[in-house]
Amino acid sequence: MNEVWRYFLIFFGAMMVYNFILIRFIGLCPFFGISNRLETSIGMSVSVVFVMVMASSVCWILWNYVLDPLNIEFLYIVTFILVIASLVQFVEMIIKNTSPPLYKAMGIYLPLITTNCAVLAAVIESIVPGFNKMHVAYNYSFPEALVFTIGVALGFALVLILFAAMRERLELAPIPKFFRGIPIAFIAAALYSLAFMGFAGMFGL
Amino acid sequence: MEWSLVWKAVIALAGTAALLGVVLAVASRRFYVELDPRVKEVLKALPGSNCGACGLPSCEAAAEAVVEGEAPPTICKAGGSDVAEALGKIMGVEVESLIPLLAHIHCRGGKSVSPIKAIYQGVNSCRAAETAMGGGKACPFGCIGLQDCADICPVNAIAFDEEGIRRVNIKKCTGCGLCSDICPRNLIEMVPAYQTVFVRCKSRYTGKKALALCKVACIGCKKCEKVCPHDAIHVEDGFATIDYDKCTNCGDCADACPTGSIQLWVEKDGHPEGGEFVLPKRKKKDNGESSQPETGSPRPEEGSEDAS
Repeated sequence: MNEVWRYFLIFFGAMMVYNFILIRFIGLCPFFGISNRLETSIGMSVSVVFVMVMASSVCWILWNYVLDPLNIEFLYIVTFILVIASLVQFVEMIIKNTSPPLYKAMGIYLPLITTNCAVLAAVIESIVPGFNKMHVAYNYSFPEALVFTIGVALGFALVLILFAAMRERLELAPIPKFFRGIPIAFIAAALYSLAFMGFAGMFGL
Repeated sequence: MEWSLVWKAVIALAGTAALLGVVLAVASRRFYVELDPRVKEVLKALPGSNCGACGLPSCEAAAEAVVEGEAPPTICKAGGSDVAEALGKIMGVEVESLIPLLAHIHCRGGKSVSPIKAIYQGVNSCRAAETAMGGGKACPFGCIGLQDCADICPVNAIAFDEEGIRRVNIKKCTGCGLCSDICPRNLIEMVPAYQTVFVRCKSRYTGKKALALCKVACIGCKKCEKVCPHDAIHVEDGFATIDYDKCTNCGDCADACPTGSIQLWVEKDGHPEGGEFVLPKRKKKDNGESSQPETGSPRPEEGSEDAS
């Protein structure tokens, strides 16, 4: 298989076919919590993309040069959470110092990402063998892990922004009173999920 | 048990944590951002529940907005006047204390003065009645007297008065404004609590036409406009409207009103609704001996009655 094609498959599989939110149902709390307004969902998406990619690269190094050689792979969850939490802090400090507008845009969503299961899941899946249910590869090399995480993050961002745009319209739609707010959001999410199932089997994924 | 594994785990984890800690410590020093110390103080004074009622995503954002002068110290609705005062103190700004608002219903045309044109037997809701020819009342602007405002009031402050129209119990009213939003005839207005003079009619009809539908209607004669020493009352769209910013509660307009649609609110201790509406002193003979309009209301222009 051609290398570029392989990377594309990893990327596309992570982004669409095995979309974290709609197919895997990971990271649903920010999905419903932040998708009220388009603006905030964009801020959250940018932050998630940023943190996910950073976390995955740092964790890949930790796994391959610390945990794996020392045979202490069982510590992976603790280590990764540690890395993600401090990374979020680190990123927050840097952004606050270098780019106040960006900091304002991301605002409170940066700290929220610490507890975002999607970030941990993306990191674990891209690094730890045996966790990947996709049939593309198991033990990702560094660039592969990077591409995979970017795919996951962009898939997350895409769904979050699409959903927020739709929810803004739902606010104005004549919905029965008892369906307003979260109930109609759940129904809409289910329909979204069905639609995304259409990607299954694309390119043999 | 394999102790070497334990040691390896402990050392590896501790090492990672220490490394990250050092990185964070260095970063926090290196990327330190000078914060206005007032932000911290303001943040402390705010409730800190991140409720979002101010329109900003967090109390922190609100604190920054206040310090940067983008938001007034009164921004926090949840905190009320206490928080507003505290913020004002930190910012060195004089905060005019938040004036509590009370709901007031602009109609006094009960069944004894306002004829009915039909008997309404539909749903017990003003909004339903309004679509069905405006309910039973002949006056198309007055209080229909059904359930909507009473139902939506969270503190049960709205009841019927003896005339069959709605009245607000100012002891219970919290000024939330829900009734004001729901009234299909826009009769309920949120009025500053210190206000004691009210135009109790919103009839757009003038003269005889208004009087035919209600004996106590505002007929748009503009007498009140002429006597008002503060330019605070104006007749627009056929009825008088008081500008509560200018009004001093002197009551001259109520004295001048020929139909009695302008009334004074007198607070009374022990009264179940906190007080009642009375006609001004001059109309005493019409209203029995009950009226003593001066009590409880600040009326700076005591001598004005003689002058007018």
